[in-house]
Amino acid sequence: MIYNFDFGAVLAYWPLLLEGVWTTLRLTLFSTVFGILVGAFCAVVRTGGPAWARWIVSLYVEFIRNTPLLVQSYFLIFGIASMGIRLPILLGAVIALTVNIGAYTTEIVRAGIESIHRGQLEAATCLGLSSTQTYLHVIIRPALERVYPALSSQYVLLMLASSIVSSVGVEELFGISNRIQSETYRNFEIFVVLGVIYLLLAVLVRSGFALLGLAIFPRRRTLGTPL
Amino acid sequence: MSPIVELKDVHKSFGSLEVLKGVTFEVNKGEVAAIIGQSGSGKSTALRCMDRLETIQGGSMLICGHQLHDTDVDLKALRRDVGIVFQSYNLFPHLTVAQNIMLAPRMVKGMKQRDAREIADTVIAKVGLREKMDCYPEQLSGGQQQRVAIARSLAMEPKLMLFDEVTSALDPQLTGEVLRVMEQLAADGMTMILVTHEMAFARKVADRVIYMRDGKVHEMGSSDILRTPATPELAAFVSESAEH
Ligand SMILES: Nc1ncnc2c1ncn2[C@@H]1O[C@H](COP(=O)(O)OP(=O)(O)O)[C@@H](O)[C@H]1O
Ligand SMILES: [Mg+2]
Repeated sequence: MIYNFDFGAVLAYWPLLLEGVWTTLRLTLFSTVFGILVGAFCAVVRTGGPAWARWIVSLYVEFIRNTPLLVQSYFLIFGIASMGIRLPILLGAVIALTVNIGAYTTEIVRAGIESIHRGQLEAATCLGLSSTQTYLHVIIRPALERVYPALSSQYVLLMLASSIVSSVGVEELFGISNRIQSETYRNFEIFVVLGVIYLLLAVLVRSGFALLGLAIFPRRRTLGTPL
Repeated sequence: MSPIVELKDVHKSFGSLEVLKGVTFEVNKGEVAAIIGQSGSGKSTALRCMDRLETIQGGSMLICGHQLHDTDVDLKALRRDVGIVFQSYNLFPHLTVAQNIMLAPRMVKGMKQRDAREIADTVIAKVGLREKMDCYPEQLSGGQQQRVAIARSLAMEPKLMLFDEVTSALDPQLTGEVLRVMEQLAADGMTMILVTHEMAFARKVADRVIYMRDGKVHEMGSSDILRTPATPELAAFVSESAEH
């Protein structure tokens, strides 16, 4: 059996592929920003909030971590649409991804917060810092610095997992590739190209996180050691 | 002279465990008081109550004009007036020495960066670590970290400094450098209460020695009581300490 490779047929679709890359990157960027906000907030609630709020956050985290992202996306995009609330598809996808990554972020940041020694809080209290100031300057910042490597990996996974929202009709990289595949029947070639693009994107996201880490954690920049 | 610290029959329990069983003493402005006593006698608890890290259940405590058993005691004002340093230095590991020192003046007193930096320069000079301003805590020795912790407290310009066994985690050489800083503070007229195992240091700088035993002040007086104890318990404690 002879198979004639024809990458040219696939690469001819480069403008489409680029569009897919762009959509994937936007999905990732927005879900990252919102996911970190949601996760940091929920982690603070879960470690320091009133009992009922902790309970709600736990429920959210456990529910999300124990159901498939695919089901969550279907629920948030089709389930809610059937209730008559129509969201632009991209916005729906960002919400679905944010809700998902927010739960994982909560758990990671919570571990960071719990790793902060009690003595740190006591020192802040004795210096007269309010509890909000203590949370901001003495707890959250070092907690984020400590769990930053874990967060980076989680957000690379998010970028890769964003391919799932193609199944609800988002034309991100994977969705676009499916389209190219059905037009060219070049299954092998398209998925090789796709793999390479995802690999490059993962490197990009990882480097982005590394650079951001150097920018926001001066201690790390100076000493180069984990906190 | 009116006392700046006044404890009257202070009682404190953790659950059913009574730790302070009626503690009474006073410290005047500018005085150095050393609290000594066996481990578990309630020294740390007494100190922690003075900064309202623990609440008392009986008696009264007047610290720098703040009645601590009042429910509406102004904690922010209290903690402006009182500095406390612990055995574990508790520096903020993600901040430089300068940032550690400037955090509270900026956050609590709302100082501008420049003014806070000026204060930081003054207090870091007092502990002799000017060249370490831009280091992170992990780059410093234990003794240096403890001196920074003292500087951080001083930056709030407290009227009273509390020290809880601040040299216990340090080896003898580093202990010396921290004690010298404290001695200088005392010479500058700072009111200080220190829980310590350093008998020689207590003898040298303390105006008042408070020997605690089983949640009570067992003996109290000038540092002479370390030479000529009135009670056999203090005599035993002093000679025991001398052996170490
Ligand atoms: N937060 C706490 N909860 C329960 N018991 C405590 C607490 N803090 C101290 N204690 C107990 O109180 C007693 C006195 O402790 P402490 O004041 O630390 O003594 P010292 O500083 O003289 O060694 C000890 O028996 C100790 O176990
Ligand atoms: Mg103690």
